[in-house]
Amino acid sequence: MALNRKVGFFTGLKYKGGGPMWAWILHRLSGLAMVLFIGSHILAGLFGGEVGYAINDIYTSEIFQLVLFFLVIFHAVNGLRVVILDLWPALIEHQREAIWAEWLVIVPLYGLILFSAVKTALGL
Amino acid sequence: MTSRKVAKRGFSLDYIMWLFMRLSALGLYLVGIVGFTAAMIWGARNQADINTIVRWTFFPNSFHVASSDIVNIDAFMSIFWDMMQMLAIFFGVTHGINGLRIVVEDYIGSSWWRPIWRGFILVLWVFMMLAAYNLVQASVAY
Repeated sequence: MALNRKVGFFTGLKYKGGGPMWAWILHRLSGLAMVLFIGSHILAGLFGGEVGYAINDIYTSEIFQLVLFFLVIFHAVNGLRVVILDLWPALIEHQREAIWAEWLVIVPLYGLILFSAVKTALGL
Repeated sequence: MTSRKVAKRGFSLDYIMWLFMRLSALGLYLVGIVGFTAAMIWGARNQADINTIVRWTFFPNSFHVASSDIVNIDAFMSIFWDMMQMLAIFFGVTHGINGLRIVVEDYIGSSWWRPIWRGFILVLWVFMMLAAYNLVQASVAY
């Protein structure tokens, strides 16, 4: 039987891939978001003008940076997990534990940034 | 009975880029660790907020830290840091543009759209590299 590639979006979400599947989805989304945000930031710097300044104003806002930092940190840590599992295939049997280890790095690291940002915002 | 077509094993664009994605990720970690360590040594530890440090880690140019109080900003004005920025840009832009290529190619398959898409990606990559290089040169002058 031919492999059916015509799988709808919501049907795809029902696939019980668990942690690794969601990490894969989030890795793609965070990667695409970074291409969009950092690409537009480079173009804003290149062309300048009112649109350029407006884009960079969004960039310098605290909320935007907190979202971007989460995307960057997740993409970086999850990417490192992928690199380690790909370059040392023997570790693949521990891939689900690797997801937990990944979040054990992401949560404190992002928590530190969040704590610092809130402290600065409150003027403490 | 047919199955989906997969690329031949061996040396191909997909193999080279698969390897590049992993190595460039490690390269970005290296650039980041060097930038972060230098910023800590040269005063960021006590005099910059965490947002500045994160920006500084990946793109140590004066545009990004003009609003912070890193004392020894002159220490970053050297050919070494220009090269670090260019490395970060080369790894980052190529990794990002190739990531975009992979995501889109997962959905367009091997139709006639693929060569057109790859041509566009190549032009976009060259353009973004030149744009980023232009900004680095501007920040050096700044």
